[in-house]
Amino acid sequence: MSVLFDILSSVGMWEAVLRIATPLIFGTLGVLLCERVGVLNLGIEGIMTFGAMVGWLSVYNGADLWTGMLVAAAAGAMFGLLHALMTVPLGLSQHVTGLGITLFASSFSYYLFRLAVPTSSSPPTVEPFRPLAVPVLSDIPFLGPVLFTQTPPTYLALVLVALLAWGLYRTPLGLALRMTGENPHAVDAQGIDPVRLRVFTIMAGSALMAMGGAFLTLAAFNSFFPTMVQGRGWICVALVVFASWKPGRALLGALLFAFFDAFQLRLQTVVDGVPYQLFLMLPYLLSILALILMARRARVPQALMQPYRRGER
Amino acid sequence: MSPPASPTAPRVLDLDGITKRFGPVTANEDVSLHLDRGEIVSLLGENGAGKTTLMSILFGQYTADAGTVRVEGQELPPGKPRAAIRAGVGMVHQHFALAPNLTVLENVMTGTEPLWKLRSDRAGGRARLMALSEKFGLKVDPDARVSDLSVGECQRVEVLKALYNDARILILDEPTAVLTAQEAEGLFSTLREMAQKGLSLIFISHKLHEVMSASDRVVVLRRGRVVAERRTSQTSKEELASLMVGREVKRPARPPSTPGRVLLEAADVHVGGRGGASLKGVSFRLHAGETLGIIGVSGNGQTTLAGLVSGLHAPDSGSLLIDGQTPARHDVPHAIAAGIGRIPEDRNAEGSIGDMTTWENAVLERIWSPEFSRRGMVKRAAARAATEAIIRDYDVRGATVEGRIRLLSGGNMQKLILGRVLNAGPDILVAAQPSRGLDEGAIAGVHERLLEARGRGAGVLLISEDLEEVIGLSDRIRAIVNGRLSPAIPVEKADAQTLGLMMAGDWSAAAALEAEASHAL
Repeated sequence: MSVLFDILSSVGMWEAVLRIATPLIFGTLGVLLCERVGVLNLGIEGIMTFGAMVGWLSVYNGADLWTGMLVAAAAGAMFGLLHALMTVPLGLSQHVTGLGITLFASSFSYYLFRLAVPTSSSPPTVEPFRPLAVPVLSDIPFLGPVLFTQTPPTYLALVLVALLAWGLYRTPLGLALRMTGENPHAVDAQGIDPVRLRVFTIMAGSALMAMGGAFLTLAAFNSFFPTMVQGRGWICVALVVFASWKPGRALLGALLFAFFDAFQLRLQTVVDGVPYQLFLMLPYLLSILALILMARRARVPQALMQPYRRGER
Repeated sequence: MSPPASPTAPRVLDLDGITKRFGPVTANEDVSLHLDRGEIVSLLGENGAGKTTLMSILFGQYTADAGTVRVEGQELPPGKPRAAIRAGVGMVHQHFALAPNLTVLENVMTGTEPLWKLRSDRAGGRARLMALSEKFGLKVDPDARVSDLSVGECQRVEVLKALYNDARILILDEPTAVLTAQEAEGLFSTLREMAQKGLSLIFISHKLHEVMSASDRVVVLRRGRVVAERRTSQTSKEELASLMVGREVKRPARPPSTPGRVLLEAADVHVGGRGGASLKGVSFRLHAGETLGIIGVSGNGQTTLAGLVSGLHAPDSGSLLIDGQTPARHDVPHAIAAGIGRIPEDRNAEGSIGDMTTWENAVLERIWSPEFSRRGMVKRAAARAATEAIIRDYDVRGATVEGRIRLLSGGNMQKLILGRVLNAGPDILVAAQPSRGLDEGAIAGVHERLLEARGRGAGVLLISEDLEEVIGLSDRIRAIVNGRLSPAIPVEKADAQTLGLMMAGDWSAAAALEAEASHAL
């Protein structure tokens, strides 16, 4: 038991939770935005991979780190536009289009990566985001190092949660977005074009997904390898259900998953005689459990996955 | 042909020469219509006459191929709902344009503020909504989730939403289609009040009595054209009916018939809640060759009663005898096998599968019968042939054997369901709200088929909220009140007062009439 206590009381553990959660927060907010306007975006896994790649590639070629994030966001928005055009005006299957984008974006990432780095066997690294200690606040014992000595994108992710919560629940635009995911006919009847709202929101959501991917190369691993997203995108899709489509709960979900992940990593090092794969499985298993408990009460956007055409019910 | 408008009220709306085609189909042809302030105009027409299309053009949801819309003298740009809203046109949609997961206030406020405002003025919105609700007597709870509201309340929210947008012209598209009779009455008095306060209303309907009681003027649309315009005070239901259909419509008369053996006998049957109102001890008999009408205010157990007879629910206690025997099991397959046919209350949700083809829907209930399958394989040719026969014999318009059934209009879908049920030759037929939402022509067709089934010797259990229908078709009538059935009165003794008392739960007169009728036999 003391081993568990040691893990749970270490600053390193909790600091890691927030770091591991960051790409999940970006991704979950991205999925949440798309689904709030009624469109499932299973392109997330590929969009995160692509974001990771172009973010890294930009910085590798001399751009500064924030430019790398922006390039990733722009690339993500482009994939979002592709997904949106196929699913919104054309009304194609959101599952098929999303999975297609994931396959395409993942392979395309690797292709571009190999064009840029044809020979090297060990992936080249870049100088990543450094932790930024917030003055004064970072001096608080325990909480200081955990919360206030993170890298800048982590702070950005936290700010985005608050911004999105405000935006969705306190502004007229947010109400229109939520209504689009519930009943696009009602939005149209009020003279707002739900098709445009959907397209732009999917672009914004996809940009967030790509930023989550770029965090992996620019703040966590310092280099790109093609399998690095490792199902994080799918976790985000599940977390949105867990969060019942609410930004605050999305943050909670991301933290919970990150906690399990950080915990199992440390457990691996102290527990002998158990195959490490079992530990790797742990966060997913617990996530499924949490999902079962939470999803019962979730309020699904009523128009999710329903293409909108004027004059058709 | 247009009657003179009242000389004082200013003109608020002019539709001039509207024409709209969808491919080869002409939905509106050279339609002109005007509306004065404080006036209620009914737009009357059968399903598919082009009423909704015309109003969608007025509201900017469709663009007309020709013609203009002028509101208070200003021409509206085509295809712009926003412009219509700004000009003061509000629309209450047939299928409510509401979001069930959002609150009433959120639904009403959507799109009423500039999108890029950083903070929505909820307090101001709430005050405005409450003031409107007060002014027009439309009570709502602004914080209630729409999914928790009844249909009538949802409609109030829709009306308030239009008023919130400063609507001076309100279009109501078949507002009573989903309401109970009481809710509809309430709506009409609200509409009157709104007209007195200076609003102008267009009321779309295919129900004659509503049009007669709710409007000042009636515009009749048939096959996309205006065929007549009358002041309500100078016309009659009969005239409007023939104008609307283009011929005299007479609902078929009920020929005499002698009831035969008892097909169905329920004694003190209880069925628990299960989503609907429960049955608390119902007893009745249904004879061969008779129609037993069940009247009542909706929500008193009608749905559960229909479910009981058609096998969706088994009795919790009490006995249900089919053809004199207690069935070994009472569920849907056994009920179908025992010759019980069902016309479900909600033909879209319970009667058909919208995305499946007409032939699949037509054989759905009897797919396991040797007629349509052998060793687990569907006999497609037989199924298609049977479907073609139904389409032909029951005049299901617009249906093709391979077409998806959701594309059919309500009346034609009902014809298909009738054909499906009646071709199986049921001994017992449960017809729940069989003409709900249908136009006059289709209603007459449905009634004819129900009388035919009775004439063939089937026992028909007719559950309906439409008194006229029940009186026209039934031999005996019972009322359902709070899960219990009243005594049965012969239809000859059914007058408005007796039926009203029965539905209100006062059964003394009915009991006397029942006793009298059984002595006479």
